Amino acid sequence: MEDDKLLMEDEDTQKDKYLTFTLGNEVYGIDIKVVIEIIGIQKITVVPEVPEYVKGIINLRGKIIPVVDMHLRFKRPGKEYSDRTCVIVIDVNDVLIGLIVDGVSEVLTIPEKNVVPPPELKASQNKYIRSIGKIGEGVVLLLDWMKLFSEDDQSLFDDMSAEEASEEAT
Amino acid sequence: MAEPMVEVFIFETRQFLEQLEQIALGSEEQGGFSEEDVNEIFRAMHTIKGSAAMMMFDQVSTLAHSVEDIFFYIRELKPAKVDATAITDIVLNAVDFMRIEMEKLDAGGTPDMSSEELRNYTKDFLRNMKLDNGHDPDIDLRKAKNAKKASEAGGDAAAPATEPEKKQYYIGAAKPATPAPAATGATSGGQHIFEATVFFQQGCEMEEVRAFGVVNSLKEKVKELHYLPEKILEDESATDTIRNMGFRLFFTTDMNFDEAKAELDQTIFLDRLEIKEVANVAELEYWPSQETIAITALENSEPIKPAMPPVQRDLTPAARKPAPAKGGDGAQMITVRVDKLDKLMDLVGEMVIAEAMVTQNPDLKGMELDNFAKAARQLHKINGELQDSVMALRMVPLEGTFKKMNRIVRDMTKKLGKKARLVLVGESTEVDKNINEHISDPLMHIVRNSVDHGIEMPEVRVEAGKEETGTVILSAENAGGEVVIKIKDDGGGLNKEKILERARKNGILTKPESELTDREIYSFIFAPGFSTKEAVTEFSGRGVGMDVVVSNIKSLGGKVIVDSEPGLGSTTTIKIPLTLAIIEGMSVSVGGSRFTIPINYISRSFRPDEGAIFRDPDGSEMIMVQGTCCPVIRLYDMYDIPDAIHEPTEGILLLLEAGDARFGVLADELLGVQEIVVKPVPKYISRMMKTTGISGCTLLGDGSISLIIDPQQVHNIIFD
Repeated sequence: MEDDKLLMEDEDTQKDKYLTFTLGNEVYGIDIKVVIEIIGIQKITVVPEVPEYVKGIINLRGKIIPVVDMHLRFKRPGKEYSDRTCVIVIDVNDVLIGLIVDGVSEVLTIPEKNVVPPPELKASQNKYIRSIGKIGEGVVLLLDWMKLFSEDDQSLFDDMSAEEASEEAT
Repeated sequence: MAEPMVEVFIFETRQFLEQLEQIALGSEEQGGFSEEDVNEIFRAMHTIKGSAAMMMFDQVSTLAHSVEDIFFYIRELKPAKVDATAITDIVLNAVDFMRIEMEKLDAGGTPDMSSEELRNYTKDFLRNMKLDNGHDPDIDLRKAKNAKKASEAGGDAAAPATEPEKKQYYIGAAKPATPAPAATGATSGGQHIFEATVFFQQGCEMEEVRAFGVVNSLKEKVKELHYLPEKILEDESATDTIRNMGFRLFFTTDMNFDEAKAELDQTIFLDRLEIKEVANVAELEYWPSQETIAITALENSEPIKPAMPPVQRDLTPAARKPAPAKGGDGAQMITVRVDKLDKLMDLVGEMVIAEAMVTQNPDLKGMELDNFAKAARQLHKINGELQDSVMALRMVPLEGTFKKMNRIVRDMTKKLGKKARLVLVGESTEVDKNINEHISDPLMHIVRNSVDHGIEMPEVRVEAGKEETGTVILSAENAGGEVVIKIKDDGGGLNKEKILERARKNGILTKPESELTDREIYSFIFAPGFSTKEAVTEFSGRGVGMDVVVSNIKSLGGKVIVDSEPGLGSTTTIKIPLTLAIIEGMSVSVGGSRFTIPINYISRSFRPDEGAIFRDPDGSEMIMVQGTCCPVIRLYDMYDIPDAIHEPTEGILLLLEAGDARFGVLADELLGVQEIVVKPVPKYISRMMKTTGISGCTLLGDGSISLIIDPQQVHNIIFD
């Protein structure tokens, strides 16, 4: 009970707050409540048989965390890492994942009234964008982290079950 | 009901069930119940009954009651004719029933299975037993006993109402927060005071438990509650009193007369209810003040629950923690949740790594640091000890698991008409809790198999000049970093011809028959769907099971070997590493990547000579080692690593032994042997990786991550 209460309070103070980061020319935002920490780029251990965007695993104080290159994740050409490159560690349903981004900017409060849904484009490149926030003249693309990581987990599961089925058939 | 309460209940009940099972089996072996056994069983059943009733699990408590009755009868009247086997059956059936219910409860369900059939059977059995022994089947033992007790104690014990003893603890102290206005008799407005007497229907049995139910359902709704007799569950004469004089309740409540009456009217098996409202508590016949309760609580020391140390009885309900101290042989024990131990283990693992990070820090390279080295050695020693003691915390003796097999042998021999006994050797050997849990199923399968397929029928055994009763020896010992468990029977041994024939039929022969060693032939019995038995019996023959054995044991990092001598029996040997979390591994580098291979798989490592590695027409590489031809894989090739050494003569070849095959893996350089803490690959990634031969990862001394290669998986990749 106590915990729940704390959590709710936490969520309240974290409401409408986004950590913004840059990726190419765009500014993206992610809910501050899922962000665990931000670290500089470090040595990545490559693991076999994973999609290209999964760069590998890193050692975060004894915890082993997968890192995902967001450029590649959005199917854009990758970018050389520099000392501005950052890893944002987020917690998606108790799974820690590191996002490699060009750099983090700041924590912004974007009130709900300044947030609009993205246009429904046919070439749905923006299915991972939940909404778009307005900040003065600029815009922030708000990331749908749920979809971003749970959904491709889902498709992975589908892959697996399909494979299992074919294995059984043989 | 609070979650911790349920947990404690499950925990305690399971312990009692285990105890019961062992005593019952032991007694059967001796052909009768010793007085001590009877008392033990009686007490255990009694406690289960009490706590189950408290938790409102009627089916469990009534069953416990009916079994308890048998032992009550044996204890009190010491009948001459006691069918130990039949009684053991009853106890075991009851134990099984309760065990299932506990499982259910543990899984978050409600224990709601009806125990009526078992109960009726037990009752009939008791009746017949009484008749057999020339006793009146309807004799009321409790009454008889009380009368006896009364005459012995000069009428003292017969009147339970005169011995007001502490009862509060079991029912949650009936709201001790509201002080009893007993002395003054003043009550606040709107409060009603009632005196009620509940009579249960004749022959509804277990009046004390039902009375307890009344207390339980009432205590939520009343301010203060007292009742007579005070000790419902502990006092054996309580049943009698309730039966004859009714169960008397005195309480203050916000409910008005009608509500209170309606509440009590709901009582199951209610025969008659007398209720009256009084104006003042002073008018009540019985209304102890808080002080007297406190004093009697202190004075009261008669322990009815033998497994509970007396200190617990003085605790207030609020202070009762979900960690029951199990007293008994004087050793102080506490119960700890396994996840806490896991956490501790993790932390120690971290520390092992952190230590390596400090002592092998690249910054220290080339420095002369005598004092540092001394301190580092000290640290290493302490860490080692710490690691050992934390591991020791998780170690549990195999005894419990081994003793379970007694039951299996008993049940099987009974059903199959065979004679066999189980001999346990080295059951005090300790293994990691995880291992202990996972070994239970495989052991069960093997023991079953030994009795079913191994041990012959008594006639056959006599004919073969063997003792009529077969022997299955279950032994365990520590050997190096492994625990070796052997299941040895003196039965007919495995039939090589039959196994071969079956293997042929199933098409699982891997080599020409003439080249198969005995061991290889025997190992076919672990193939899925393999059974030489023509007829499927209840216990075995379906061919499922033995493959479970292998997969379970492999998941523990162990292996299974079968040996057999025709006519003399067979031996199954299981070897399992003592611990899973920390293993010794050889780390190698390949390009910029690091890999670690568990040391026990490496048979040797060497730099191959020029031209030693050759290719077959398909391009598969192999090398000749000690007369056998072993396939070779290049790690950089397999894992697509750039900048690795491609020329075998400049790298290092590790010869790995997995399953019964050997193969070589090519790496750049050996980095050294180190104790490593196995960490799982993050789920996000392990979902994407399929059969890569990577079973986990670990941190090396310099903080870099090394991937752990599972030679077994690599073996499967190469050979399948």
